[in-house]
Amino acid sequence: MNRNDFPMLNQDIIYFDNGATTFKPQNVINSVIDYYENYSANAHRGDYDISYKVDLKYEDVREKVRNFINAKEKEEIIFTSGTTMSLNLVATSFFAKYLEPGDEILIAKTEHASNVLPWFDLANKIGVIIKYIDLDKDYHVTIDNVLNAITPKTKLISLAYITNVIGDIRPIKEITKLAHERNVFVCVDAAQAVAHTKIDVQDLDVDFLGFSAHKMYGPTGVGVLYGKKELLDQADAYMLGGGMNESFDSEKEILLKSLPYKFEAGTQNIAGVIGLGAAIDYINKIGIDNINSYENNLRKYLIEKLEKINYIDIINYEADSAIVSFNVVDIFSQDIAYYLNKYNVCVRAGNHCAKLVKNVTGVTNSVRISLAFYNTEEEIDEVVDLLSDYEKIRNEMI
Amino acid sequence: MDEELKKEIILENYSNPSNYGKVEDSSYDKYNTNNDSCVDNLNFYIKIEDNVIKDLKFEGEACAISKSSSSIATDNIIGKTIEEAIEYISEFENMIDQKPYKEEVLHDACCFCDIYKQNNRRNCAYLPYRGLKKYLENYHK
Ligand SMILES: Cc1ncc(COP(=O)(O)O)c(C=O)c1O
Repeated sequence: MNRNDFPMLNQDIIYFDNGATTFKPQNVINSVIDYYENYSANAHRGDYDISYKVDLKYEDVREKVRNFINAKEKEEIIFTSGTTMSLNLVATSFFAKYLEPGDEILIAKTEHASNVLPWFDLANKIGVIIKYIDLDKDYHVTIDNVLNAITPKTKLISLAYITNVIGDIRPIKEITKLAHERNVFVCVDAAQAVAHTKIDVQDLDVDFLGFSAHKMYGPTGVGVLYGKKELLDQADAYMLGGGMNESFDSEKEILLKSLPYKFEAGTQNIAGVIGLGAAIDYINKIGIDNINSYENNLRKYLIEKLEKINYIDIINYEADSAIVSFNVVDIFSQDIAYYLNKYNVCVRAGNHCAKLVKNVTGVTNSVRISLAFYNTEEEIDEVVDLLSDYEKIRNEMI
Repeated sequence: MDEELKKEIILENYSNPSNYGKVEDSSYDKYNTNNDSCVDNLNFYIKIEDNVIKDLKFEGEACAISKSSSSIATDNIIGKTIEEAIEYISEFENMIDQKPYKEEVLHDACCFCDIYKQNNRRNCAYLPYRGLKKYLENYHK
C-alpha cells in the first residue's frame, strides 16, 4: 500500500528490515525540511514569532502523541531520544530510587538489550534481582507463566509489547491487571509494536511505555516515554540543565519545572519531534488497523511460502506481528544476508540485540524479515524465489 | 588466481575446514575472536614450542568467509616460527588493504585478494588474524 509516499522506494531495493528502522514518507521529510527552512528557532524562548511557532508546533506534537496512545494527560508524554533512553530513564530516575536490595524484576529472555541492560545495571548497583518469565513452546509469554514467576518480592514486570526476534504480542493488558492486583509495576517496550498495532495506554493500564519515532516512519533520534503522572512526578530528573529547571541559587536550592519539562533538559530534537508529529498524522491517515491487518496477511503469505522450502527452519511460526525469523540449514545467517544483498534485498542477520534469546531457542543467530505495509506479495515472491535454490545460495553467498 | 578457483578454495575450506574442532588439552592456549561488525564467534587453540607454532585449531560459529579464512590461516601458519607468522599476517593485511604483497607467502590465502571490494566482508576474512597477531606479539612479553 501507499508505496508512492516513500522516496526510498524509488530505488531498486526490497527492504525487509523494517524492524530495524522504517522508511520515511514524504510528509515526514517535508515537515522536517519545513522546520529547518521556515521557522528554525529554539523552543521555549518565545520572545519572537518564529520561536513562538516552534513552541506551538512542538506542543502540538505532544498532544498528537497523547491522542495516538490515548494517554490521559499531555504531561505524561516525555520526548526522549528513543526507546533506549525511555527505558533507561524509567530505570534510573524511578526504579533506582524506588527499589530495594532483594526486590525482583521480571523480564523475559527474548527482550532486546535495551530492556535487559538497564535492569542488569540496577541489579549490579542496588542489588535487585532479575528473574525470567518462562516461555512456552513458541517462546511466548503466557499469563500462567507470569503468575508462576511473581513472588512477594516482585516489584516490576518489564516486557516488550512485541519482541524483535520472535515477534510475539504479549498479553499486556491481562499482565498489567494481575500485576497491579499484586502491587507490581508494569513497564512496556513498545518499539516494535507502535507501528503495527493500536496502543491505548489507559486501556492497557501500563505504568510506563516507551517507543522510537524511527520505527514508525518518523525521524531517527527521537522517541517517547509515557508514564503515569503520579509516578513521573515522583521520579528524579534524568538529565539536568537548561529548560528543565524553574530556578536555582545554590546546590540546595534547585527548583525543577513540572511535568513534562522536568525530563526535557537542554535543547530538544525539535526537528525530530516535528517529524514524529507528521509520522503520527501519516499513520492515522492510513489507519493503524488497516496497517495491522495488511501486515498480518503479508506475514501469513510469507510463512506459507517459506514453509514449503524444506531446508528453511522458521523460528517463529506463531506470531501476530510482521516479523519472521528463520535459518537456512547449514548456512550461517550472515551469508544469507550477503547473498540477498547481491540482489538488492535488505534483511537483517545476527542476534538482533537480543542476546539472551539463544538460551531459549538454542539458536544464536538468525535471518530476520520484518515487513511493513509498503511491502508487497510480489516482493515476497521474489525473495522466496531467491531462497528456493540451495545450490545458488551456496554458490553466491561468498 | 581465477574467479572460479578462488570460489572453489573458499567453499571447500568452508565445507571441510582444516584444523577444526574443540581442543581440551592444557598445553594449548585459547583465545576468542569476535568480529566487531557481525556475530562471528570463533575460539582458537594454539600450541607453541621452541618458538614454532606446532598446532593451531579453531571452532565456533562464523560466516563462510570467516570460516574458510580460518581454515586456510591455520593450515598455512602451523609450522611457522612466531616471526614468520607475524610476517605472514602483515602480508595478508597488505593484501586486503590493496597494498603490494607477496603471493608466495600467502599461497591459497590469496583467494581473498578481492575481498576489499566487499567492505563488510573484509573483517570476516581478517577474523582469524586479528586475535592471532595480538597473541603472537605478546608471546615473549
Ligand atoms: C524490541 C526493541 N526494543 C528496543 C529497541 C531500541 O530502540 P532504539 O534503538 O530506537 O532506542 C529496539 C530496536 O531495535 C527493539 O526492537
